[in-house]
Amino acid sequence: MKGIADTLGLHSDALMLRNKRNMILASNISNAATPNFKARDINFEQELAKAKGSGPMMTTHNHHIPVALSAPGQDTLYRQPVNASMDGNTVELAIEQLEFSENAMRYQTSLTFLNNKISGLMSAIRGE
Amino acid sequence: MAELKNIYDIAGNSMASQLIRMNTIASNIANAGTMSGNPDEAYKSIKPVFESTYADQFEQNGIASVRVSEVVEMDMKPSRIFMPFHPDADGEGYVYGAAVNIEEEYVEMMETSRQYQNNVEVITTMRALDMRTINMGK
Repeated sequence: MKGIADTLGLHSDALMLRNKRNMILASNISNAATPNFKARDINFEQELAKAKGSGPMMTTHNHHIPVALSAPGQDTLYRQPVNASMDGNTVELAIEQLEFSENAMRYQTSLTFLNNKISGLMSAIRGE
Repeated sequence: MAELKNIYDIAGNSMASQLIRMNTIASNIANAGTMSGNPDEAYKSIKPVFESTYADQFEQNGIASVRVSEVVEMDMKPSRIFMPFHPDADGEGYVYGAAVNIEEEYVEMMETSRQYQNNVEVITTMRALDMRTINMGK
């Protein structure tokens, strides 16, 4: 039997990952002027594939040690700068802004898909 | 130190740091024309030192913001100007003008303002997304 979570499918995972990625990109933007800050990002496709598969053990507390297999959205990588700056900062504002707006747009896309699925479910429940 | 939990903490801390930077720039520009009787007392440009602050488990979640760790006085030489009738002039008739590079301050002012705007933009975008998420399914 299919549960509601199965119906919503990938979009709920995608929404959560997009939110995580938004936080990482906001961190990069906020550190645009900090010397030696290294910009981070996640490989979205890879993390989403991880979310689709069987999930690893989740930690519920900051001090818990995560198990070897990381949870989706926890494999943060370093961004390779196009033009490295002298102060060791690898944040390139144009790129971060672009990624942020694209990510925000894709978040809205996932949200729209979810809304459509939910309204489909709602009309099925109401039987109208 | 405030804990970094959500996007508003990240962008808010960054905006606070940029404001401190803007304050130092305003101080520098305001003092650019001041004169002093000896080189030690002359005004020297002040700059904030930015430092990243990291959330718990930064390696996993990549959440970081920025704070001003200290405000330092730049090691710049005040300009020596011959003004024998200036009330503060030293024995040889020289006064010492503030060590502020006004062009550099202007450029930095623009950069600060842009980065502040970037953070405001992030908050505006995220607020719109959050509002839509709250209304999900309606």
